[in-house]
Amino acid sequence: MTLLRVEGLTKRYGATDVLRGVDLDVDHGERIAILGASGSGKSTLLRCLNFMEMPDAGTVTLDGQAIGRRESELVKLRQRIGMVFQQFNLFPHMTAIGNVMEGLRTVRRFGKAKARARAETELARVGLADKAETYPAHLSGGQKQRVAIARALAMDPELLLFDEPTSALDPELVGEVLTVIRSLAEEGRTMLLVTHELGFAYHVATRVIFLADGTIHEQGTPDEVLKRPRKERTQSFLARHKEFSL
Amino acid sequence: MRWDFASVFDNTDALLVGAAGTLRIFAICLVLGLSLGLVVGLGRYARSRWAYVPATIFVEFFRNTPVLVQILWFYFALPILLPFSISPLAAASLGISLNSAAFSAEIYRGGIQSIDRGQWDGARAIGMSWAQAMRRIILPQALKRMTPALTNRAIEIFKMSTLASAVAYVELLQQGKLIASLNFNPIEAYTAVAVIFFVFLWPLVQFTYLLERRLRRDE
Repeated sequence: MTLLRVEGLTKRYGATDVLRGVDLDVDHGERIAILGASGSGKSTLLRCLNFMEMPDAGTVTLDGQAIGRRESELVKLRQRIGMVFQQFNLFPHMTAIGNVMEGLRTVRRFGKAKARARAETELARVGLADKAETYPAHLSGGQKQRVAIARALAMDPELLLFDEPTSALDPELVGEVLTVIRSLAEEGRTMLLVTHELGFAYHVATRVIFLADGTIHEQGTPDEVLKRPRKERTQSFLARHKEFSL
Repeated sequence: MRWDFASVFDNTDALLVGAAGTLRIFAICLVLGLSLGLVVGLGRYARSRWAYVPATIFVEFFRNTPVLVQILWFYFALPILLPFSISPLAAASLGISLNSAAFSAEIYRGGIQSIDRGQWDGARAIGMSWAQAMRRIILPQALKRMTPALTNRAIEIFKMSTLASAVAYVELLQQGKLIASLNFNPIEAYTAVAVIFFVFLWPLVQFTYLLERRLRRDE
């Protein structure tokens, strides 16, 4: 069953067409990895889905309900779609648990005790129950990203968007974040993941999309796209990625 | 030449009344100036022309005219244009508050602009409205960065309060003038006024250093 339907999504920055009419259906429980060279529009596509960027044309439909452009509608939409960023974007003036509680308190209007209990559950889920009172400045990159994931999960999102969640991390910290994302995948959560971790995409995604020139150039199962790509550009992208692998 | 502070101490009552007047106008201008400054600063930050243009005109007008002229204008010119008179306190408070609002508006705008775009992303991604993100995420961080600049503003307001003496508002300088003219002791009278200002301001500045250190506990 379709959870999210994207039709004709277009985004232009000045004279540059970043997205040229992207169509995409996301079913409940699907895990879609989005690949592409830098500048191919991966992040822009993700950011247009929850209107962090305003698309120039096209429609986004969530659960059969078309999303308008009024701010009040967009605010409600974003409460249903969780997003995790490359740069974490934690709130530095709040502790880890404060970050996770913030949406519950300010947006959902939970009482303090209820928000705290829920936030503790989410922090425990990402393995950071003991860091609840720590400020982001004293957390490692991997811990920050796990707090950011907990912050998104606390809002009970129907869909999770990951925008290169491990690209800003030291290599030895990538694993702990991918482990958390995989555990969410195993729970059957619907997610879209922009990533350069091809191995992770192969093992965790149910579908892989290769973006080029602002359109979906090729898509299919991880095996089809990553092991037997049909299009020449996909092949050369993958070859470049494998150039220095072991 | 002999310094004779006895003639000043004899007028302690007058100085106390002056100090009370100074503190009163300081409190009024601090609250009005810094809160109106926030409103104007948000206008300067806004993308909407309807907010940006009036805020910009306000800032440019009050930044580029002297406070003393504004106070005199409000006291002597405004009552001619409008059918009511205005007290010295009101005229001086208006001049100092509007001027402080213009300067602090630029501090607020700069502070808000200095916050990383990612903080807006983080706030909006959990479904916050613009106002919620501003109040809960952006302003608390911006205010922290702005503390030194806003502290300077507060000190400036405190010292600008002496301009109210131009419309005979009873504050420290006005009382100092009075004591000097009655006792022919300008050296002692004005020295006493300067010392009293220092005694008020120095602890205030020390307190703001403490505040800045406390605000840094999340780093």
